[in-house]
Formats: sequence, C-alpha cells, structure tokens
Amino acid sequence: MIGSLATLGRYTVATLAEVGHVFIFSVKGLRSCFIPPFYFREIIRQMKVIGFYSVPIVGLTAIFAGMVLALQTHVGFTRFDAGDAVASVVVISITRELGPVFAGLMVAGRVSSSVAAEIGSMRVSEQIDALTVLGVNPFKFLIAPRIITGILTLPLLVLVADVIGVMGGFLVSVTMLNFSTGAYISQTLHAMQSIDVISGLVKAAAFGFCITTLGCYHGFYSDLGARGVGNATTAAVVFSCITILVFNYLLTALFFGA
Amino acid sequence: MKKKIILKDVYKSFGEGLRVLNGISLEIEDGESRIIVGRSGCGKSVLLKCLLGIMKIDGGDILVDGIGVGDKKRFPEYMRKFSILFQGNALFDSMTVLENVTFALGRTERDKSLRKLKAEEKLAAVGLEKRVFDLYPAEISGGMQKRAALARAIAVEPEILLFDEPTSGLDPVTGGVICNLLRDTVELLGVTSVTITHDLRVAEFLSDKVSVLNEGNVVWTGHTREMETCGNEFVKNFHRASNVISKVRRN
Ligand SMILES: Nc1ncnc2c1ncn2[C@@H]1O[C@H](COP(=O)(O)OP(=O)(O)O)[C@@H](O)[C@H]1O
Ligand SMILES: [Mg+2]
Repeated sequence: MIGSLATLGRYTVATLAEVGHVFIFSVKGLRSCFIPPFYFREIIRQMKVIGFYSVPIVGLTAIFAGMVLALQTHVGFTRFDAGDAVASVVVISITRELGPVFAGLMVAGRVSSSVAAEIGSMRVSEQIDALTVLGVNPFKFLIAPRIITGILTLPLLVLVADVIGVMGGFLVSVTMLNFSTGAYISQTLHAMQSIDVISGLVKAAAFGFCITTLGCYHGFYSDLGARGVGNATTAAVVFSCITILVFNYLLTALFFGA
Repeated sequence: MKKKIILKDVYKSFGEGLRVLNGISLEIEDGESRIIVGRSGCGKSVLLKCLLGIMKIDGGDILVDGIGVGDKKRFPEYMRKFSILFQGNALFDSMTVLENVTFALGRTERDKSLRKLKAEEKLAAVGLEKRVFDLYPAEISGGMQKRAALARAIAVEPEILLFDEPTSGLDPVTGGVICNLLRDTVELLGVTSVTITHDLRVAEFLSDKVSVLNEGNVVWTGHTREMETCGNEFVKNFHRASNVISKVRRN
C-alpha cells in the first residue's frame, strides 16, 4: 500500500518536473526567436523541410477528410430531413476543427519525429558541442529556426488543408449526392464566417509551436546512443500529438466556449 | 615556463553513484604537447569537456591563462582559446566540407568574403583535394573526415588544440598519416595541445610527456620511456598490456 503510494508519488513528481522542464525550454526557445543573431539560411531550409514537404500529406489527409465528412453528414442528416446542410457542415467542420487537427497530427508525425531524430543525432555525434565551441548558441542556430518555421508554416498548411478539404466535400456532394454546383458553392460561402477560419489558423500556429518545440526538446535532451535517439523520436511524436489535442480543446473553449 | 592550463581538484559525477573525475589536478605549460592516456570509459572525454566548459564541474577549478572556467563574463574569451577535434569528428552533416570550415570561421573572421578563401586555404593545408570541398561529410572516407574536422579546428586560430582519440575508427595506415599531420600542425602553429588516447603508440608518437588517468585521478606523469620502469603498478600494467597487443598484432 505504502509502496504503491510512494511509486505513484514518484511518478507524479517526475511528470511535474518534466512538464516544468519543457515549459522552461519552450520559454527559452521562444525568447531566442526574437534575439539576434538570426540564421536566415537555416530558417529557409527549415521552411522547405518542415513546411513545403508537408504539403502532399496534409493535402491528401484533407481531401479524404472532406470527402468522408460529406458522405457521413449526408447519411446522418437525411435521417432528420436536413440532408441539404452538407455544404455548411463541411465548411464549418473543416475550417474549425478537422483542418487544423488533422494537419497538426500529420505534421506532428512527420516533423516532430524528424526534428527530434536530427537534433538527437547531433547531440550524440557531438555536433551540438561543436557548435558551442565555435561560439554559436545552439538555441539560436538549431531551435529558434525550427520554432519560427513551425509557427509560420502550420497556418499556411492549414489554409491549404481548408481549401482542399472543402473541395473534397464538394466533389463528393456534386458527383455522388446530386448537389448542384452553384447551390453547393453559394451555401458554402454563405455558411463560412471569418472567425471559423481565423480560429483554425490561430490553432495551427499554436500546434506548429508545440510540434517543433517538443521535437527540439526531446532531441536536445536525447540519451546517448542510437536507442536514446529512437526513444526521443517516439516521445516527441507521442507528446506532440497529445499536446495538440489538449491545446485544441483549450483554444476551442477560448474561442467558442460559453 | 608559463602555466597555460591549471586544473585544481576537479570533481565531476553523473547521477548518484558514478564519480568520473575524483579531485583531479593537472598543470600544462604554454606550448606543451601533453598526452593523457587511460582505459576506455575512465573519463577522458569528460575531462576534455569539463576543460572546454561545455560540461559543468561539481567542484574544484579550471584556469586557462588565469581565466576561470566558471567566469561567466569572460567565458567567450575563455572559449575562444580552444579548438577541439572530436572523437567522431562532429562535422555538421547538413553542410558541405567547405561550408563546415566557412561556418567555423564565423568565430574569428569578420569579413564574410574572406571566409571562403581562408576555408579553402585550410582545407588545402590538411591535404584535402578540391573535389571533396563540395561533398557532404557522409560522402567522404573516415580519413578525409578527420582531415576536414582538423581544418575546421585550426581555422579558428586557437591557442589550445584538443584531440579526442584522434586515431580511433581509422585503419593503422590512415591513423599513422593522421598522427603525422597532427604533429606537424601543432608544430607549425606553435599551439599548446592536449591529446587523449588509450593507444600508447599514438602517445609515444605525438609527444613524450604523458599523464596516466585512473579512477578519476592522474596517477602518474612522465616520459613514455619511463613507464616500464616507474614505481606505479597500474602504469606498468597498462604499458605491458599495450605491448602485448602490439606483439599480437605484429604476429
Ligand atoms: N553525459 C553523460 N551522462 C552520464 N554519464 C556520462 C556522460 N558522459 C559520460 N558519462 C560516463 O562517464 C564515464 C566516462 O566517459 P568518457 O569520458 O566518455 O570515457 P572515455 O575515457 O572513454 O572517453 C563513462 O562511464 C560514461 O558512461
Ligand atoms: Mg572518449
């Protein structure tokens, strides 16, 4: 009894310590985004790796999400004679929730893992020590460019997801559910409000921050050896996905709650 | 002679139980080439990292030209005295060989247009051909990586060069070539150097003053020739063991 309580206590303390550690790391990371020197070449390289190369998988996720959403909404809503609402439901769900969350989770899987693996292997192969010896602050050279990129590119990716997701819904509705093109488009434009899109983009920026920061954190404090890097990679993905879902709830409550 | 590096009772532990440096004291003179030998895992790399200030020491003090490693204000000045050739080279793998050296020159060369020229000069000085300049570290052999890492290390004009196991992972021939290159470089630049290794042949080749590390302390300092006849059992055994290995290799 006492033993299991002690174990529980130890885990709680360890978890809180870790959360505090991550918090301090993110504050340091965020602060280094605003203090020169800035490594613009690194930022551009990261934009390509993190942002541009994520476009295909984000687009693919979004189009299927939009398509299945249209089908399900049609089936579900015809049960109480609201089958016409497909266009509105699709555009609101995609811009508010599905676009940001799906894009966030896909990018978390792709990017936080690769960031953790890259920085972790730099730790293991002493490249981070080499930076320090050369008088280059690893926070400014490695971490700031990735965080900046995450915050800037995730909203753009979500915008792409929004457009493609709505298109997916449109395609299914027009080809399979007998909607007329003009009616669908006008209903979409009518239902969509700017707050839907804006809240989604704000979420995206927050997710971008979480994904890159957690990837950097786990890589930076990776245990030595190949296994250490492997564990760091897994932890980065798991924790950034969880953080995305938690932040998604909190931000939704903030925007639309009460 | 002026003392360049002074370590006074330096302690370093990891976690609860693992005490790696146990009150180690060491003095190295200006212009000296010092070798530190010890068994694998005895804390040689940790010692170098503490000396560089990239690993915090638990107790004691490290002074370089009178500047303490813990002196926050003068730390950039402290760090600028050093350059290190890491055990695994630690070349930045997202940059080409040339970019690695150019990037390092950011520490010393204000004029950006001169950096590339100087970098090419340094790469040529360590015997690398022009065709490897634009290759990535993963695309060149271990020996070439070592040379590139050396070019990067000397590019920043250090006063003290540190070599961490400079021949590990290389075949004996390449290892010998690299040893020669290191000795010539140190002589040419006239810098103070500290080399750590577990290989006594490397030690004998690079310098004649050697400190033996065991259980977190320097147990003996002297000439490599005197190792056989000295009074310290650990040193004698260490010397005998490496001779046995050399003989096995020769047969
Ligand atoms: N960052 C670290 N965290 C925990 N233990 C470490 C760390 N770095 C080194 N050690 C431990 O310190 C000891 C000495 O390591 P090291 O200095 O790398 O040995 P070597 O003499 O072969 O270079 C080893 O037992 C190693 O496990
Ligand atoms: Mg070592």
